[in-house]
Amino acid sequence: MSFLLRRVAFYALTAWAAITINFFIPRLLPGDPVTALLGRMQGRIDSNAEHSLRVLFGLDQDTTLWQQYLDYWGLLLRGDLGLSFTHFPTPVSEIVDQSLPWTVGLVGVATVIAFVIGSLIGTFLGWRRGTWADGLLPVATFFQAVPYFWLGLITIAVLSVNLGWFPSSGSYDRGLVPAFTGEFIGSVVYYGFLPALTVVLSSVAGWVLGMRNMMVTVSSEDYVTVAHAKGLAERQVMLGYAARNAVLPQVSSFALSLGFVVGGTLIMEMVFSYQGIGYTLYQAVSTHDYPLMQGCFLVITLSVLVANMVADLAYALLDPRTRTEDR
Amino acid sequence: MSADVHTERGALADAGPAAAEPVLEVRNLSVDYGFGDDPTHVLREVSLTLRRGEVLGLAGESGCGKSTLAYAATRLLPPPGLITGGEVWLTNREGTRADLLALSDAELRAARWRDIAIVFQGAMSSLNPVFRIEKQIVDGIVAHQPRMRREEARERAAELLRLVGISADRLRAYPHQLSGGMRQRVMIAMALALEPQVLIMDEPTTALDVVMQRQILEEVMELRERLGFSVVFITHDVSLLVEVADRIAVMYAGEIVETAAARDVYAKPRHPYSAGLLGSFPPLHGPRRELTGIPGAPPDLSAREPGCPFAPRCPHAMDVCRTELPVLGRTAQGEDNRLVACHLHTTASSTEPLPPSLSR
Amino acid sequence: MRNQLLFLRNGKVVTGLAILGFFTLLAVLGPWISPYDPNQVSDALLSPPSAAHWLGTDHTGRDILSQIIVGARGVLVVGLVAGVSATVVGVLVGVTAGFVGGVGDESLSALSNMFLVIPQLPLIILIAAQLPSAGGLTVALVIGATGWAWGARVMRAQTLSLRKRDFVEAARANGERTWRLVLAEVLPNLTAVIASGFVGTVTFAVLSQVTLSFIGITPVSEWNWGTILFWAQNNLALQRGAWWWFVPAGACIALLGMALTLVNFGIDEIVNPRLRSTGLHARSLRRRGIRPRVGFTPVVREARS
Repeated sequence: MSFLLRRVAFYALTAWAAITINFFIPRLLPGDPVTALLGRMQGRIDSNAEHSLRVLFGLDQDTTLWQQYLDYWGLLLRGDLGLSFTHFPTPVSEIVDQSLPWTVGLVGVATVIAFVIGSLIGTFLGWRRGTWADGLLPVATFFQAVPYFWLGLITIAVLSVNLGWFPSSGSYDRGLVPAFTGEFIGSVVYYGFLPALTVVLSSVAGWVLGMRNMMVTVSSEDYVTVAHAKGLAERQVMLGYAARNAVLPQVSSFALSLGFVVGGTLIMEMVFSYQGIGYTLYQAVSTHDYPLMQGCFLVITLSVLVANMVADLAYALLDPRTRTEDR
Repeated sequence: MSADVHTERGALADAGPAAAEPVLEVRNLSVDYGFGDDPTHVLREVSLTLRRGEVLGLAGESGCGKSTLAYAATRLLPPPGLITGGEVWLTNREGTRADLLALSDAELRAARWRDIAIVFQGAMSSLNPVFRIEKQIVDGIVAHQPRMRREEARERAAELLRLVGISADRLRAYPHQLSGGMRQRVMIAMALALEPQVLIMDEPTTALDVVMQRQILEEVMELRERLGFSVVFITHDVSLLVEVADRIAVMYAGEIVETAAARDVYAKPRHPYSAGLLGSFPPLHGPRRELTGIPGAPPDLSAREPGCPFAPRCPHAMDVCRTELPVLGRTAQGEDNRLVACHLHTTASSTEPLPPSLSR
Repeated sequence: MRNQLLFLRNGKVVTGLAILGFFTLLAVLGPWISPYDPNQVSDALLSPPSAAHWLGTDHTGRDILSQIIVGARGVLVVGLVAGVSATVVGVLVGVTAGFVGGVGDESLSALSNMFLVIPQLPLIILIAAQLPSAGGLTVALVIGATGWAWGARVMRAQTLSLRKRDFVEAARANGERTWRLVLAEVLPNLTAVIASGFVGTVTFAVLSQVTLSFIGITPVSEWNWGTILFWAQNNLALQRGAWWWFVPAGACIALLGMALTLVNFGIDEIVNPRLRSTGLHARSLRRRGIRPRVGFTPVVREARS
């Protein structure tokens, strides 16, 4: 139990740190982009919303820093992330609310698929090391070195523009009304296939290489030799004993590299104009919509933390050593 | 498969009480370490016979090839180990003999654990940390008896734990919840699950304290009486072997340098290395004697010199020892049932008498 | 010394270093060897590769090969600056954490874990977008300031294991000062890990910077490979089938990333002998026609010489 408690405490601390970073960035960085924008909005923005923006961006210089910090937390706890400049006067929280499910669906599903496929391939490569399977390593290395978004460009060029198999942008057929119908869901899957494929292609290599190296290490552990000595079937030794243990560090590195992977896959949404939070962040950047940018960062970070906790929970389920009271 | 296929060395190594038939015969087993052009020869034509019901001790300093022999005989040696020659004949319960090195993967897999089981050196790392004890015992049973129901296998596992003196409710425990001694007992219980013909124990007690060592050994010996398996007991502690083994084979630098009945090795060592080895451990019983130890360290097997590998450390080394490799043969005293690989014994009668430490 | 020779005998490392050397040459000589000024417009609008323009031109007739050659400098400088700054921070934090132990270690580890878990790219975007001018060097420093955590984590683990080794214990028992101990005994033994962390950070920095340029955060007039892709994406290169516009730049990034990964593999094989021996074994086994299987020692009955 103490393992999970320690992790939860760590994530709480990290969430606090991320929020605090978000508080300080506009206050510490030179330049003051928001004042100009507020000036342009003069008259169109009600005083309440203007106050929120002043708190969020550190323009409330008449109060102490501590008071500013408390006000800031007050806003966040009420779910007030300010108003978006581009989509004025839509609240940031509303935009984020709409885009987050798309990201969780696309990036979440694709990342999990990539992790599972990558770990399976890595298991196989590690087990068959020294055979033809080693020939797959350079391929994996290449895919690991390719920038995510470029792979997106290439798949669009080949599968969408040249072959016309998939749409190159969007998340569902705009002629349909969003509803829980077979047609709509089919359309979402159809539009999501290409971006998901690219996410899988670009992130799978890392999991393959990680798992392969772990398998090489674990295969020489004593308990694997004992499993062989017991005369267990090869599949059982490979999956039940070697891969079962090699996947543990893989899961903990899954948690740690989630931030990195998610960062890369968000760019994929930009390439595919997929209406998730990454694309929203992109739009915010290109239109200098600072409140929306901050909101996106906060939500992305908090989602990654939640995903991390899920990964830790999985780890605790997989490794009995984390569950006992002693140690 | 009878005596007529024995090589001369094999036949000599067989010298022993003629009553019991052999269950495990290792013949001229050679093992290289390294797949490249310049491998290290870690085992050189080692022959060894284990008879039914016997406890055979394998002694020597670490790095002399004891464990390599055990792993290679079951083809469990990890890379870059490579078996370059020899045979390992195992008689199973039905009386059929088969060469483990010539079996297909499936046949060898079937023979492992059912006919020949191993208790490995580190009980800490031999148990998979993420599985309950129960699953690890049951896995081995079910793999060989696919028709057995899991509940039956589970009952068998409980029975095995009781056999080694652990209460059956520990089945649900994970390895990290057990003490070192308990883990080693679990390993022994696991190895006995299919009532194998041969049990190889590779330094099974080195990580434990002396009291625990004795306790576990006594238990194993008691179980052997009851279940009738044969044991290859590997340890660097000769005085321990003298207590439990019927026969002892002393290894040095990847070769067997002396084999004899345990009490003979203890009372009358014939190889200078055996004598030195005995001098480096306190006897468990009997009068105290001064511990001497052997000066120097075992040779680097990757840079072998011609001649006897023990010559640089041997107090009785002669010129011939540095040029010619001695082979296993009779002792200078011409005793039955014992062999030694030492030039002192081949030249003793003609030139000078044996040193007193080797001629008791 | 033997380790260094081993390092250079490794085929992967040599390939990686050769590619790196090539790009370094481009970065140094770029403006002098590029056939055109990368900003010079011409009448050949969006023309495919030809003798005059080896990699074709963009929508305003600018030469793409020249953009790639000139852009190499931007990529490498940012990679290097970010790599160095992140490695310095990583070593400081990691070695300190590993050496002081106790509460100091706990809090420094928590700090680096935090930076690991917080998604870096969005954070970098957030910071870079609010800066008045996010030029190459600024971006490099931002990447360095956020990307040190992985290195620190590895360095801490390595320092911890070093601290328990005999020679460090001995030096400590001799009453050597801590900072001398770190400089003389610990750091030299961390070389391989530091190198590997540095190479990893450079890879990350290159990818981040290119990504930032691609989404238009860095000034679009500063040439690097990401900027080329930015122009390509914003001028519908994909839809117009202008593959020469976006394939070469991406391929260069991939090639550079691969070269860095190869060098890192070489370092890994030195740090982890188990991985190295696996590679060596594979080769000699293939030559001897042995098919290795885990759990079954191969048996070869060859005539002994």
